[in-house]
Amino acid sequence: MTDHASAPPAIEARDFSFWYGERKTLHEVSIQIAPKAVTAIIGPSGCGKSTFLRCVNRMNDLVVDTRTEGELVVEGRAVYGSGLDLVAHRQRVGMVFQRPNPFPKSIYDNVAYGPALNALVPRRALPEVVERCLRRAALWDEVKDRLQAPATGLSGGQQQRLCIARALANEPSVLLMDEPCSALDPIATLKVEELIFELKQDYTIVIVTHNMQQAARVASRTGFFEAGRLVEMGETQQIFTAPRNERTEAYITGRFG
Amino acid sequence: MVTLMGVAVVLAVLPLFLILGSLILKGASSLSLGFFLNRPAPVGETGGGVAHAITGTLMIVGVAALAGVPIGIAGGLYASEYRGTRLAWITRFVADVLNGTPSIVVGLLAWTWVVATQRHFSALAGSFALAFLMIPMVMRTTEELVRLVPDSLREAALALGYSRWRTTLVVVLRTALPGIVTGSLLAVARVSGETAPLLFTALGSEYFSFDLERPMAALPLVVYKYATGPYPEWHKLAWTASLVLIMVVFALSIAARVVTRQRLGRND
Repeated sequence: MTDHASAPPAIEARDFSFWYGERKTLHEVSIQIAPKAVTAIIGPSGCGKSTFLRCVNRMNDLVVDTRTEGELVVEGRAVYGSGLDLVAHRQRVGMVFQRPNPFPKSIYDNVAYGPALNALVPRRALPEVVERCLRRAALWDEVKDRLQAPATGLSGGQQQRLCIARALANEPSVLLMDEPCSALDPIATLKVEELIFELKQDYTIVIVTHNMQQAARVASRTGFFEAGRLVEMGETQQIFTAPRNERTEAYITGRFG
Repeated sequence: MVTLMGVAVVLAVLPLFLILGSLILKGASSLSLGFFLNRPAPVGETGGGVAHAITGTLMIVGVAALAGVPIGIAGGLYASEYRGTRLAWITRFVADVLNGTPSIVVGLLAWTWVVATQRHFSALAGSFALAFLMIPMVMRTTEELVRLVPDSLREAALALGYSRWRTTLVVVLRTALPGIVTGSLLAVARVSGETAPLLFTALGSEYFSFDLERPMAALPLVVYKYATGPYPEWHKLAWTASLVLIMVVFALSIAARVVTRQRLGRND
């Protein structure tokens, strides 16, 4: 607990609320997310955990008629502040989605797209970046002989690791994962989890998951959301073995409802 | 029920074969290499062709496509990607109305705007009218196809830091492109056979012309002129010209399908 407190949080929300039209989906959420660690967010469907995640990189902007109150700060920058450079913000905050969503292009192009667009590296350095990111995503050995093959030909698990490689190529410092394994089989899930464990040395990772075992396996801290509120947040082990809140206990022991 | 549907299918397909059959029956006999290479012969002489009308149609339709296709694609992209905005709604509504506008009315518009102001008929006025007809067709196809691009791809691009317009161009348009190419080619095929809007714009001509500022021949105009003319040889030429026209339209339609199949095949 103390080592988390010493470093300033990578992501911090203070009384942050969010509305879709008239519907308030996040209620005064206050949370601190430590840098270079994995934080899991768990909770029942519709509890606002994905909404919260999608606020961090402003993915909710796609929906018309949304409104926020309170503060959400990522690495010192107010996410909903007027001065935010959204393109630069999304480059720093990468995202991996629930369903693998590679572009209908080659494996190589999928990884090279981000750095090429954001001009992070000179064009001739791109092959190196692609290899490094595919290695980092534990996919290189499986695809090195067919980099020009269409990404949509990969298996679901490979596609998801490709999406992680694509996000890493953008040199983010924060990685948001919205139920990244829910569309994968157990073996692919295991690979992605190993990868998450590996990546936490360098990235601030926030993972939303339905799977409590997964949260217990990969996250050092866990937050429990219910009905748009953060009910409890703490060390993962404490949340799962000695929850302070009775709602949390009901959820993790399966007596939910 | 099955018999009923069978009858319906036969009734739907029959006209195509009737048209093709009578065109081949009445037109194929005069079809020769010279028909594709020569200008019309004076009345009373045999031979002669519609080469001037083939090049004319290609030019008028080509120029129309150069203007109409990009505008149609841009409009369709806007109407689809900015769904929910007022302007998108208006764009879609206008496209629907324009789609249902009789082509002769569009021809009149081209006459008022281009022919009347310039005080002479021109191929350009014809292209103008055809482009007008093409825009709503291309727009609607583009819109439908762009709507099929899954939102997850847009999100993927936005999450990488793509701006909205860049996402639209690089990811959305690229993904929907094969279908849009098909739709555009079909629109080109559709307007290639339009006669009414050309009657008082491109006017028609007996000579080869590559000057867009002057009247120009076009296949539908040749058919119209020969079919309504007094000479039996002309009537024969009208059938043959019709056959050529339908072959051009067929070729475009088939090209559209081939292009789609190849692109899709590569993506799978």
